[in-house]
This record gives sequence, structure tokens and C-alpha cells, in this order.
Amino acid sequence: MSHPDVPPLDDKPDHAGVGWPPSEPSVEPTPSPASDRRRRRISTASATIALLVGLLAFALVVQVQSNTGDTQLENARQDDLVRILSDLNSRETRLRSEISTLEGTLAQLGAGAQGQEAALAEARRRADELGILAGTLAAEGEGLVIRLFPKDNSVRASVVLEAVEELRGAGAEALQIAGRNGTTVRIVASTYFADGPNGLVVDGTPVPAPYTLTVIGPSSTMKTALMIPGGVADSVARDGGTLLVDEATQVRVDALHPAEDLQYAQPVQ
Amino acid sequence: MIAVLALIAGVVAGLLLEPTVPVGLQPYLPIAVVAALDAVFGGVRAKLDGVFDDKQFVVSFVSNVLVAAFIVYLGDQLGVGGQLSTGVVVVLGVRIFGNVAAIRRHIFRA
Repeated sequence: MSHPDVPPLDDKPDHAGVGWPPSEPSVEPTPSPASDRRRRRISTASATIALLVGLLAFALVVQVQSNTGDTQLENARQDDLVRILSDLNSRETRLRSEISTLEGTLAQLGAGAQGQEAALAEARRRADELGILAGTLAAEGEGLVIRLFPKDNSVRASVVLEAVEELRGAGAEALQIAGRNGTTVRIVASTYFADGPNGLVVDGTPVPAPYTLTVIGPSSTMKTALMIPGGVADSVARDGGTLLVDEATQVRVDALHPAEDLQYAQPVQ
Repeated sequence: MIAVLALIAGVVAGLLLEPTVPVGLQPYLPIAVVAALDAVFGGVRAKLDGVFDDKQFVVSFVSNVLVAAFIVYLGDQLGVGGQLSTGVVVVLGVRIFGNVAAIRRHIFRA
């Protein structure tokens, strides 16, 4: 500012739009040996300054970069550091044991994966079987279609029960009984037959005669079981009714028995 | 102008090279940087005051850095390195503040 070439600062108009402080004068005094020497000195000096400033910037950046991170640890006391270290060590031990546990589990699961699928398929198959036995799934297969025409459209419940028992004994796997008006009842282990005022009552549902029993099982064995002397066929005939037995390669038992929630029995663990 | 370019060049070099600070230098580098900052701000202030002198700047820069590093070294040897570096930083910080205030007065006239 005290440079001779720079006009006084209060001479504002000439400096409008020029940044303040005024930049180094671009016009040097006419070169003379003295100023030449001076300039050379300045250039070496400014080179030194530039070097120092550059070094400073470099060191600053390096320090900042090396400092981002564990600044807290650097300032911690030795006791704290020892404590932190032992903490980390115990944590490492813990995590390592956890890793080995998890690896063991992983190996177990990997080995069990295929077994799991086989078990799942087996469980599905069993669930289907049990569903058929419990009457909660429709079933189809080889079997018999038995039509029972009792005399006067009335039959004793014991006759139907006897027929069902014989069929079960012969290997029947799924049974249903249908009445005249299309009432169909699945016969399961808990099904009961009773004599009602208007005829047969199956599981609380009145079923009017004539009846159609659809049975899935070994057809010839079941037919033989029904036809033995003194058996179901004879009983029906003695009462004056008619029993027609048809073997079929494909019958369908599609009445369902509602699933019951067990109230008392629990699976044994 | 050259100094500003050198500043930028230094920052770029530091960012690009990403050198790690040698372990022996680790306690001294931060203090040296602060001392050098003090020298630079002093230089800027002198420039604005019109009393800037190259030689003085170079000498003050180097001596600032060396003295700061020496004080920290001495403190480390005496077992009070942490406290002494804190003291150095405080002193240099006060000086930097003073210089910056002078620079501010020059630039904003306030």
C-alpha cells in the first residue's frame, strides 16, 4: 500500500471493481540493475515462501487425514488404553466362541437340509393319510358302492353299524353314507348310528332311505365280508330289504367330517 | 500469488499421495503445523501492514516450527508432553487469533 505506484486508497473511482487490497503492482519501475537484482532476490525468496507454504499445506492435509479416525484413543491415558485393550480381547474371545457355535449350527443345518426335505415330504404324506382317516380330506380309489333298500324304507341302526364294522374289518379306509335326498355323511371313528323317529340318524344328521354306502378299500375282500353267510347281506335279506354291491375301480368319498380340536388329549413329547 | 498456488499444490499433493505420518514425527507434526499456521498468518498480516519481509517470514516460519517441535520434545522427555503441547497450542492459537483479527481489520475495516 505504501508502494509508490499505487494511488492513494481514497481515490476510489479508479479502483471501482478492483478487489481490495490492491494486487501487487504489475508495472514495476523501469528495469535497472538494482531492481533486477532485487527481483531475482524476490523470486528466490518467494520460491522459498512458496515451498514453505506448500509444505505447510501438505503437512496440514497429511495430519488431518491421519487424524481422522482414532483421535479418542490417541488422547486416552495408558490405564484407559489397557482397559480398552482387555475389553476388546474379551470381546474377541466371546465373538470367536459365538462364531464357532454358529458355524456348528450352520454345519448341522446344512447336513439337515436334505433330511429336512425328506422329513417334510414324509410329514405331508402322513398328514394326507391322517386327513383321510379322520375324514377331513376327500379321497378316491378302488372300492365298493353299496346300495341298501330296506323294507318300508326303515332299517335298524345296528344293521348299518354291522355293515360298517364288517367293511372296516375287511380293510375299508374311507366311508361315507348317502341318503335319498343327497344327504351325505362321512363315516369316521367317532361316527354313531341311531334310530330316529324318521329313520336312521348318522352323527346327528337324519339320513332317509335308501342308502348308498361308498367305501374305499380292497373291493373283493370287502364284498366277500358282506356276503358271508349270516353276515350283513343275510341280515338285510332277513329284514326284507335288498343289498346291492357294485365293485368299482374308482369311487369317490368326498363328504367331509369337520376337524375337531382336541380338548384333553395332548401328544406325548 | 505463488504462495497461494503452492498452498493448493500442497493440499493436492497431500490428498493424492496419502502418506502416513512416520511414528517418530507423530507427536510433532500437529504442533509444527499450528506453529507454521501462526507464521503464515503473521506473514499475511505483515503483508497487509506493508511491513512484510521475505527473510523475516522464512526465518520466523522455520524457527516457529523448530521451537514448537523442540518444546514438545522437551515436554515428552520431562513427562509433561501432553500439557506442554496444549500450552503451545494455546499460545499459538492466541497469536493466530490476534493476527486474524488484524487481518480482518484490514480487510473489512472493522
